[in-house]
Amino acid sequence: MDKILVGLKRVVDFNVRVRVKNDGTGVETGGVKMSINPFDEIALEEALRIRERGEASEVIVVSIGASESQQQLRTGLAMGADRAILIQTTAAADPISRARALLEIVNREAPGLVLLGKQAIDNDDNQTGQMLAALWGRPQATSASKLELNGDTARVTREVDLGLEIVDVDLPAVVTVDLRLNEPRYVKLPDIMKAKKKPLDEIPIADLGVEASPVIEEILFEPPEQRQKGVMVDDVAGLIAALKDKGLL
Amino acid sequence: MAKILIVAEHDGQTLNPSTAKVVACAAEIDGAELDVVVFSDSASDVAVQAAKLDSISRVLTVDSVSSKNALAAMIAPQMVAIADGYSYLFGPSTTFGKDLMPRVAALLGVNQISDIMSVEGSHTFKRPIYAGNVVLTVKAPADRPVVATVRTASYQAVGSDNSAAVENIECTVELPTHTRFVELKSASSDRPDLQTAARVVSGGRALGSSENFGIIFALADKLGAGVGASRAAVDAGYVPNEMQVGQTGKIIAPALYVAIGISGAIQHLTGIKDAGTIVAINKDGEAPIFEVADIGLVGDLFKLVPEFTAALK
Repeated sequence: MDKILVGLKRVVDFNVRVRVKNDGTGVETGGVKMSINPFDEIALEEALRIRERGEASEVIVVSIGASESQQQLRTGLAMGADRAILIQTTAAADPISRARALLEIVNREAPGLVLLGKQAIDNDDNQTGQMLAALWGRPQATSASKLELNGDTARVTREVDLGLEIVDVDLPAVVTVDLRLNEPRYVKLPDIMKAKKKPLDEIPIADLGVEASPVIEEILFEPPEQRQKGVMVDDVAGLIAALKDKGLL
Repeated sequence: MAKILIVAEHDGQTLNPSTAKVVACAAEIDGAELDVVVFSDSASDVAVQAAKLDSISRVLTVDSVSSKNALAAMIAPQMVAIADGYSYLFGPSTTFGKDLMPRVAALLGVNQISDIMSVEGSHTFKRPIYAGNVVLTVKAPADRPVVATVRTASYQAVGSDNSAAVENIECTVELPTHTRFVELKSASSDRPDLQTAARVVSGGRALGSSENFGIIFALADKLGAGVGASRAAVDAGYVPNEMQVGQTGKIIAPALYVAIGISGAIQHLTGIKDAGTIVAINKDGEAPIFEVADIGLVGDLFKLVPEFTAALK
């Protein structure tokens, strides 16, 4: 295939312990480390491996967000993507708007495969890939742990509640990836330098003619109820006594 | 009156318990009428089970050979075709619902609310974000259908003393051929199902091997428990992926959860925070699992677990 399109979302790094703002309007992001959504990084790694096997010729990374998202796109270019597109918006785009914006890029670039993370670790929505596939009228294979290309089709192993589900999809298709698909490579310093010369196009979201949907309002952010620390017992006899106390044995 | 359409999850023979939990959530929306729809190649048995669920008015069956393996690409267009007149379309936040419902939402041109954990009003809901570290209250637009998945661990299944009417619906929407089911690989087990078991015993990376996981199974059998695992244990290949408990695995709410050799990464804790009682056995007294455990025991799991198993009648 010619092109693979990979979505990269800028999110709070997975090692950061997020804190809710005191006024409940969001989470603290000031001074917090931001990274590529880990699932998206796995999607990019898979695209790069497909290109390196000679099964695709170009990997395009795309992000939707403010200009800061350029950092994550540059990291994607340093990992090995050929070029990047930033769909500029200062608003926190909702999943269907993201899917509509991605569809416009898909229509321009005509990729043979779109790879996305199964969810972003900020909003945990797990929607955008499925929505893009629906709007595009193409197959989706979500939560992929294995991906094999066979000409005009792909065989995808999906992690599902019952085990592993294998599906065949005609290409082009949207595949969203799970954690066990691969282990992303580390970026090397020379690649960071090289990435600075790779093309990064910016397109205001308005130029894509994306129709705005009534968004789901975010009313209040709160910390969850914490479980209380319980008792420590010294031995198995103590454990059994404690379970009996609770009526569990 | 607001009408809610709930998609039944099933394997062709048996209704998945997730459906009764979605019904429980939907029943919290004041004055709504609840219908359950069964998409299948031959719905009879599943429809009979669904009709028993309390709080529902009707079971709709939509028969199509294309529905056999519950592929989202097949079910979504059928669900949209019968969605007229419904203000809410709900599914479970299992891998089935997560795959299907966003596709339905996109075809209807709306956003989806993922993982409803509580109903706060007709269009206001709470849901977890940031791996459960933040609870977000959201409000959906009142003039559009609400498409949502329900976090099943937040709800108790409704009872099954009902006998709702079952109606077959013709749906002639054209379905794609671009997505084809090949096979499902599932490690069959006689043990209680992880997602619905009242007791669950999980093992972590500290077990060290697939063989050593035997002591987890032995304890689980004595307790009549389902068996789970941490992501580390699955990644290490000790047990298959369907046993993973946590943010990217299964979110569960058993009455008793026993975590063995699991340090308690936040992604794992997300999957068990609704458990009744959490027991932790770990050699590291500083492990984060002890911050949430109701009963903690520090020590060598290879000594303590067989001792615990032997002490149970």
